[in-house]
Amino acid sequence: MVPLSYYLVLSGFLFACGVAGFLIKRNIITIFMSIELMLNGVNLSFVAFAAHWHALAGQVFVFFVMVVAAAEAAVGLAIIIAVYRTRETLNVDQVNLLKL
Amino acid sequence: MNVHLILFLAFGAVCVAGAVNLLAQRHPINGALSLIAVMAALAGEYLLLGAEFVAAVQVIVYAGAIMVLFVFTIMLLNAGVEERTKGSRVAILFGIPGLLLGGILLGWVVLRHSGTEAVAAGALPGDPNTIGQLLFHEFLLPFEITSVLILIAIMGAVVLASKPPTAPARKVVD
Repeated sequence: MVPLSYYLVLSGFLFACGVAGFLIKRNIITIFMSIELMLNGVNLSFVAFAAHWHALAGQVFVFFVMVVAAAEAAVGLAIIIAVYRTRETLNVDQVNLLKL
Repeated sequence: MNVHLILFLAFGAVCVAGAVNLLAQRHPINGALSLIAVMAALAGEYLLLGAEFVAAVQVIVYAGAIMVLFVFTIMLLNAGVEERTKGSRVAILFGIPGLLLGGILLGWVVLRHSGTEAVAAGALPGDPNTIGQLLFHEFLLPFEITSVLILIAIMGAVVLASKPPTAPARKVVD
């Protein structure tokens, strides 16, 4: 038996790693992967709470989070390809102007 | 130490190692591989929580489809090693207090609430049948809305990633 707080601590750690990666990374693809890490941390707490409160709706919400993550990955990676095509760089420090 | 706790700690260690590795690696392909390790270990955690269908979908959709998309993009754009630039002042200004705050919060949760009720393994029927009943009865409207969202995302991705139409050759005015 594992206490609920262990799952929540792991989930919080994953989310914190995602936030840290989002802030300190310079490669736009790695920043995007940090967002996926944050979503995964949230999913873990959803499932842990679902098991703790015996509410299956928590597991259904995980699917909705996954759908949003998939849509976000598709659109985001398309944006990254479009940015790379115009700027020829993946470094976010060099992508600081909306207009070329 | 029962088996459940040992498995939790083993999968949790893989999760933590993968997440820290994502921060430490400078090449995006190494980050993608460590993220796949995190997702696979999370699927193990979901199995421990009795959510077997979620675990299967986690491996198929997340570690399978989404990460393949990432790896394809990394290879398509031929992403190289990340360039180091001097740290942004905002990140230091908010990062260090945020890190302290998060650490204090985590420590408080562990110390104060470590006696929470244990989560039983497989206490909840997480099989596809039960999930499907819930998804197609109680959550039918959100389900349909997400299908529209996916459709919009597909069209948006195609429009964004397709090559911009080359400008038509200017007519020579004589």
